[in-house]
Amino acid sequence: MKQDGGVRIMDAEKISRALTRIAHEILEKNRTLDELALVGIRTRGVPIARRLAEAIRQIEGAEPPVGALDINLYRDDLSLTGRERPVLRRTEIPFAIEKKRIVLVDDVLFTGRTVRAALEGLGDLGRPRLIQLAVLVDRGHRELPIRADYVGKNVPTSLRESIEVRFGETDGEDAVFIRAAEPDPGETPVPGESR
Amino acid sequence: MKLHSRHLLGIETLKAEEITLILDTAESLAQISQREIKKVPTLRGRTVVNFFVEPSTRTRSSFEIAEKRLSADSLNFSPGSSSLVKGETLADTARNLEAMAPDFIVIRHSEPGAPHMLARICRSSIINAGDGAHEHPTQALLDAYTLRQRKGRLRGLRVAIVGDILHSRVVRSNIFLLNTMGAEVVLAGPPTLMPRGIESLGATVARSIDEAVEGVDAIMMLRVQQERMARGYFPSVREYFRLYGLTPARAALAKSDAIIMHPGPINRGVEIASEVADGPLSVILEQVTNGVAVRMAVLYLLAGEEEPQDPAVTPGLERAQA
Repeated sequence: MKQDGGVRIMDAEKISRALTRIAHEILEKNRTLDELALVGIRTRGVPIARRLAEAIRQIEGAEPPVGALDINLYRDDLSLTGRERPVLRRTEIPFAIEKKRIVLVDDVLFTGRTVRAALEGLGDLGRPRLIQLAVLVDRGHRELPIRADYVGKNVPTSLRESIEVRFGETDGEDAVFIRAAEPDPGETPVPGESR
Repeated sequence: MKLHSRHLLGIETLKAEEITLILDTAESLAQISQREIKKVPTLRGRTVVNFFVEPSTRTRSSFEIAEKRLSADSLNFSPGSSSLVKGETLADTARNLEAMAPDFIVIRHSEPGAPHMLARICRSSIINAGDGAHEHPTQALLDAYTLRQRKGRLRGLRVAIVGDILHSRVVRSNIFLLNTMGAEVVLAGPPTLMPRGIESLGATVARSIDEAVEGVDAIMMLRVQQERMARGYFPSVREYFRLYGLTPARAALAKSDAIIMHPGPINRGVEIASEVADGPLSVILEQVTNGVAVRMAVLYLLAGEEEPQDPAVTPGLERAQA
């Protein structure tokens, strides 16, 4: 369960309904599964992408391929992080992205810097026909001109709050929490890091 | 996760978690070399000086490719080794390099401890690319990467290292690394090239190559420096091959899936038979490929803003200098 007064803003059922709705929207906007592929941003964009693929399969009877993208080598805040490094994971995209319609998937859209890094990372792997963005939660506070094509839930937040997404696959339960960050005067959040 | 020091001076001071972090990071970075666009922007705007006072084409090229694949700007600075033998001159040269504000200095030097000296006087991160007979940390890391990739683990492996143990920095770094990771090292080589007391570093010394390679998971052959022959360390190339060369028959004494390693460049028919070097169990060229990924990992993990100076960067050095 959640500690330090975190408020649960989505439970397993709400998450599931949001993803089913996004799956419908993806199909409506792209019309067909041809050349459609989902790419989850590690870590939690990956289980969301898999669930979206499954939701699409339930509607269409076939599912798009799913890949996983690690964006850490494309971050713009290397010098802000000292020698502390996020653990690098492999990018696993088991299909050619050339000419694909890619739906990039992440859990929380915040500053937009992670998405920018992901766009650059994808660009180094090929030239997709187009890239769309799907997120479970949009919490605002963009620092770059980026917006999502599909949003599970818009959550107005203050910069002092953080959003935590938990998934059965990685965290033992499906839920989204919002909580006030510990008062830490003088500490500004590292862009793209704290959510 | 982070490395405790902003320099990579040797393996001796690395903890097991740090070695694992470097190897895991290298595993992710290895993908970049398999893509069509073999470059990521991670170290854009960082400058690396490859300061090679002792000649080395392979290690320098490997570092250079690693730097380019991470988008760092690199500069090769290789003064003639004769103009730089005294410690004072090295310090002056280092200060000159520093004045150009590099983020990293990769140094290869015939003098043990040269990188440590640089670490004391420079603001840049120092990477040891081989200092005399002391250490060659990135070589040991790429060896470990290759071993782990082929064997799935390091703990519990038994590794034979054969050849000129006395002059080899590769051996020292490998002994430190393999011990830290829970693998066992057995050494063999001409008695004239086997330093006394090497066991104290954590290795056993076999009486012959046959005894050393018996049942091991990997055989690491060392390059014979032909100029050593002139100094009387061993009588002739033929004699060396007869006594310490890795022949197919000797390789067969190891486990049936034992891998054959060599830091390169190989001397065919001196320390290793061509059939073995080119055989199915040889991973010599994989080591070269893996070297790039490992060096990328080291650069990536050492980059970042300057943190308070860490003292005591030289344990173990006294022994190498003795």
